Amino acid sequence: MKRFRGFVIKEFRHIFRDPRTLAILFGLPVVMIILFGYVVSNELKNIKLVVYDQSEDPVSRELTDKVLASGYFVHVADITSEKQIDEIFKAQQAKLVLIFDRDFEQQIMNEGTVSLRLVADAADANSAILAVNYAQAIIADHFRRQGGGVELPWQVNGRSRMVFNPELRGVYMFVPGLMALILMLISALMTSVTITREKEFGTMEPLLASPLKPREIILGKVAPYVVLSFVNAITIVVLGVLIFRVPIIGSITLLLLECLLFITLALSLGVFISSAAKTQQMAMILSMIGLMLPTILLSGFIFPIDNMPVVLQWFSAIMPARWFIVIVKDIMLKGTGMPFIWKETLILVGMTLFFIMMAVRKFKTRLE
Amino acid sequence: MSVTVEHITKSFGDVRALRDISFSIPEGELFGLIGPDGAGKTTLFRILVTLLLADEGQATVAGYDVKKAYRKIRELMGYMAGRFSLYHDLSVRENLEFYATVFGTTIRENYDFVKDIYSHIEPYEDRLAGRLSGGMKQKLALSCALIHRPKVLILDEPTTGVDAVSRKEFWDMLKKIQREGITVLVSTPYMDEAALCDRVGLIQKGNLLAVSDPSELELSNGTKVFRFGTSGRPYDYLQRIRNLDAQVDAWLFGDEIHVFTGAGVDCGELDRTVQSWDVPDLEWGEATPSVEDYFMQKMREEPE
Repeated sequence: MKRFRGFVIKEFRHIFRDPRTLAILFGLPVVMIILFGYVVSNELKNIKLVVYDQSEDPVSRELTDKVLASGYFVHVADITSEKQIDEIFKAQQAKLVLIFDRDFEQQIMNEGTVSLRLVADAADANSAILAVNYAQAIIADHFRRQGGGVELPWQVNGRSRMVFNPELRGVYMFVPGLMALILMLISALMTSVTITREKEFGTMEPLLASPLKPREIILGKVAPYVVLSFVNAITIVVLGVLIFRVPIIGSITLLLLECLLFITLALSLGVFISSAAKTQQMAMILSMIGLMLPTILLSGFIFPIDNMPVVLQWFSAIMPARWFIVIVKDIMLKGTGMPFIWKETLILVGMTLFFIMMAVRKFKTRLE
Repeated sequence: MSVTVEHITKSFGDVRALRDISFSIPEGELFGLIGPDGAGKTTLFRILVTLLLADEGQATVAGYDVKKAYRKIRELMGYMAGRFSLYHDLSVRENLEFYATVFGTTIRENYDFVKDIYSHIEPYEDRLAGRLSGGMKQKLALSCALIHRPKVLILDEPTTGVDAVSRKEFWDMLKKIQREGITVLVSTPYMDEAALCDRVGLIQKGNLLAVSDPSELELSNGTKVFRFGTSGRPYDYLQRIRNLDAQVDAWLFGDEIHVFTGAGVDCGELDRTVQSWDVPDLEWGEATPSVEDYFMQKMREEPE
């Protein structure tokens, strides 16, 4: 135990004396979460909206107000003919046109169905889709709250997203993904680099030839990063809550325990990588390409898994981050507990055990 | 016997790094393994310090088998690897402290044991190891290897890349360590360090050429060595000596020439011929073969 403590103290000294390590450990998560949260988020604000209200009745006016009150749209103009739409889009005066047909209120009362049109400038397809989605969601929400019994075909479409993210805020989607990405990066990259560093500097040789057992070396290397990564996990959650107002509906304790599980998994992956890499550079490249990219692309962090080809969906199933993101979303946004996430948790536990076993087995007591 | 090596063979792919090496070292001896770069010194040491497994043969260190009882050996042996294995971002004291805890001891417990060496660098205790000079790094690495009072000390090229004064000091320290009853096994590419060992093993291209007291090395086939010194330019005489006889060979060693004679050479006649030349300040006479002479002869016998 004294041996182990000495080893851990040495590791902490390495970490706190290397400015680069410190920058990656503590600077990177903060920078990444702020960058991703603000820049990469696919959230739109101040969408320019033009209204073409042909009926000008209380219901159409109420709906217009509702849409504008959401804060996502800015009312730039009213028009009086459909021919103007083209000009407006060409002049890039607006992104979205909201069209109420004649006798809007009466149609609802008499026929129970109503036609309301949204025309979007799809030159920028992504933002057009988002703008339409936002407007649809707001209108659907309005009718649902009123309980007017009006069935709108798109009401069903919007529902799944609206339930847990009523404002359709992108940050809610990004924070869990970012947690997975940052914890994976820090934990796996840092451990693989710190172990290969000993190999590169020739200090691994006397360590191996000492009475230290392989598992003591691995644990001693990993222990400081468990602590530091955990601090990071807490930082990300706090930043998410404070800056982006992401809610934590479920149990914080459970959330942190799941983080710890994921950190352990990422660390054992790092040890595993270090057994294959001979130099720090090699370890870095392996971590980046082998872990970072799949985590970003295949975990459902940015691209929805359901839209992937089947083969990629299989690949996504072996991405630890995929399951972690589901767990974090469930706890933070839905407030669910163990009964709903035991399956994902079990998968993570299984992966962790597998990689720890592989790491210890591959970490040899000799040089070859 | 403190170290025994029996028929050790090791290959890396097609490269035969060690071929059927056998020797043994009694307790308390200062044994030098001498050979040029790439001779197999490091490979042999790595087998002895339980970091590599031999393809064939057995070896023991401090009485334990390097394969079966490697855990025991790792506790009893001190090992200084080819590059000084220090943590450059830790201070002198932190390095020593770390190696002490790794071996389950403390600096205080064994301070007396390393005092002679450590006292040289103690004034710089708080300096980072990366900012020490080569000689100081070497002393720190030696302190780290000794902090747990090993029974056998194995040093892989400890004097490579260190200045001449530090080298001299280092060998004095090894002598002191030896006096404590510790078996010291050291490798070096510097032939002149051979004379400082009790016995030397000469190794080249994976073959152990000889194990002997450094002053009792004998050249094969009755070869004799003469030294030829002059205040003039020795190079001018090199070809002249080589042309004397097919069995006479000559090589420059620093600023003197070593002349090797085969069994069939009449040394008396050679003597007279050389004496008859007009050589400024000639120094001429038969010499005791040195380790260099030995290697030179072996190299000529086994061309690449």
